[in-house]
Amino acid sequence: MLKVIRMKVNGSLKELAVDERESLLNTLRTRLGLTSVKMGCEVGECGACTVLVDGEAVDSCIYLTVWADGKSVLTVEGLKKNTGELSRIQQIFVDEAAVQCGFCTPGLIMSAVEIVGEKKSYTRDELRRKISGHLCRCTGYENILNAMERVVKEVSDKEIPV
Amino acid sequence: MFDIKNYTEAYTLPEALEALRADEDAIVVCGGTDVLIRMREGKDAGKSLVSVRNIPELQGVRRLKNGDIEIGAAQTFRRLTADPVIRKYIPMLGEAVDTVGGPQTRAAGTIGGNICNGATSADSAATLLTLNAQVILAGEGGTRAVPIGEFYTGPGSTVRERTEVCTGFRIKRSDYDGFAGHYTKYGKRSAMEIATLGCAVRVKLSADKASFKEVRLAYAVAAPTPVRCPKAEAVLKNRRIDDDAAAQQFALTALTEVNPRSSWRASREFRMQLIRELALRTLKEAVEKARV
Ligand SMILES: Cc1cc2nc3c(=O)[nH]c(=O)nc-3n(C[C@H](O)[C@H](O)[C@H](O)COP(=O)(O)OP(=O)(O)OC[C@H]3O[C@@H](n4cnc5c(N)ncnc54)[C@H](O)[C@@H]3O)c2cc1C
Ligand code: FES
Ligand code: FES
Repeated sequence: MLKVIRMKVNGSLKELAVDERESLLNTLRTRLGLTSVKMGCEVGECGACTVLVDGEAVDSCIYLTVWADGKSVLTVEGLKKNTGELSRIQQIFVDEAAVQCGFCTPGLIMSAVEIVGEKKSYTRDELRRKISGHLCRCTGYENILNAMERVVKEVSDKEIPV
Repeated sequence: MFDIKNYTEAYTLPEALEALRADEDAIVVCGGTDVLIRMREGKDAGKSLVSVRNIPELQGVRRLKNGDIEIGAAQTFRRLTADPVIRKYIPMLGEAVDTVGGPQTRAAGTIGGNICNGATSADSAATLLTLNAQVILAGEGGTRAVPIGEFYTGPGSTVRERTEVCTGFRIKRSDYDGFAGHYTKYGKRSAMEIATLGCAVRVKLSADKASFKEVRLAYAVAAPTPVRCPKAEAVLKNRRIDDDAAAQQFALTALTEVNPRSSWRASREFRMQLIRELALRTLKEAVEKARV
């Protein structure tokens, strides 16, 4: 059955008719064209579909869209500056060569945004735990952790869109 | 698209109970981290879902006037670990659920779902057993409180009727006050891993902190359901905390109270070894925590 929901997506309020059986992953990709959100395992194992719902990183493949009614959703598309340039978190991922094929990257970036929002500093081991919900088949994680360390040190939560 | 027959978002308990009664194919969903996976795999395909995630009675953690603690079933692992009442009075529970899956799993998964799912591997179960938690179930005929030790009936099955909603858990003050404890999760990876074995120990020491007043021991994945080990517990009553022979006897006795199986994760033999070894290690950690 279709249900009309209201959710903020990357800062703008959307009123959408969605199927109650639809995952947030599907809604974001196919109804809203937000293809940074990747479809990986679809069973909550890989983190490629990670988005923020009210600031919390969740796997959108096992999150029904109707659950986001009244909530605020953020994807990588929402990080872009007005000038169209990459956000600092994205640029740090590029500079640290934390991106190879890029399939895991949008999800990791969203976890990085969540971590910055926590306004705390973390050791490398703590960061390892914080990204444990993401699988990367290319990088071996070391460059991702290098990027994460820099993100935590250099990026302030004020730079993050809400 | 998930293969869901009908979806109901319940905003009150009566709404949820009515929706469950009205449709024989209806099951409860909260965080969906078990249910939606099973739907994907085809096991729960075609079921109707009644969501309880927005029902007020299922939210939050409360410490009552008499000191008892009530935990809402819809509390996510993330919120439970961060909760000030849990951190102050039962930090072990917050630590135990912080071992579930990864951060995204813990943002969605709930403690009510973890227990109602009925899995022997549930990371909150052994700790709740050592806390003598009561499972609060609301049904058409009213509410009942089931001691968690009587909640499980077999692998993936519990005394909860399909039409009952778990509103939360109650832990008596006498079951947490003065205790300290530790949960050890053994798995091949340190994250995104279902426990090969889980061991929970809670201890209450004498005033001089030299001996045990009470010890509680429970396991995950050591039997078809999470299990408590009362005989092993009795071994350590009033024994000195540095009595190594007693500790060994405690771990050996635990072996008589479990019944692990072989699975692709580990053989029965390996699990028996883990049961003995983790009893000792977890006891040590619990004592350490009780002494500070
Ligand atoms: C990638 C991944 C990793 C995981 N890792 C772990 C792990 O390490 N350790 C672990 O213990 N679990 C793990 N799980 C399993 C799962 O996350 C937990 O069992 C979680 O607690 C389930 O909670 P939920 O709210 O998502 O439950 P749901 O999926 O919504 O429901 C689970 C079951 O409980 C019933 N139910 C839920 N809430 C209620 C209620 N209030 N009243 C009555 N019945 C109810 C449902 O009908 C269903 O049968 C993992 C899952 C995934 C996807
Ligand atoms: S696609 Fe969602 S976790 Fe893999
Ligand atoms: S860069 Fe390819 S999966 Fe991570």
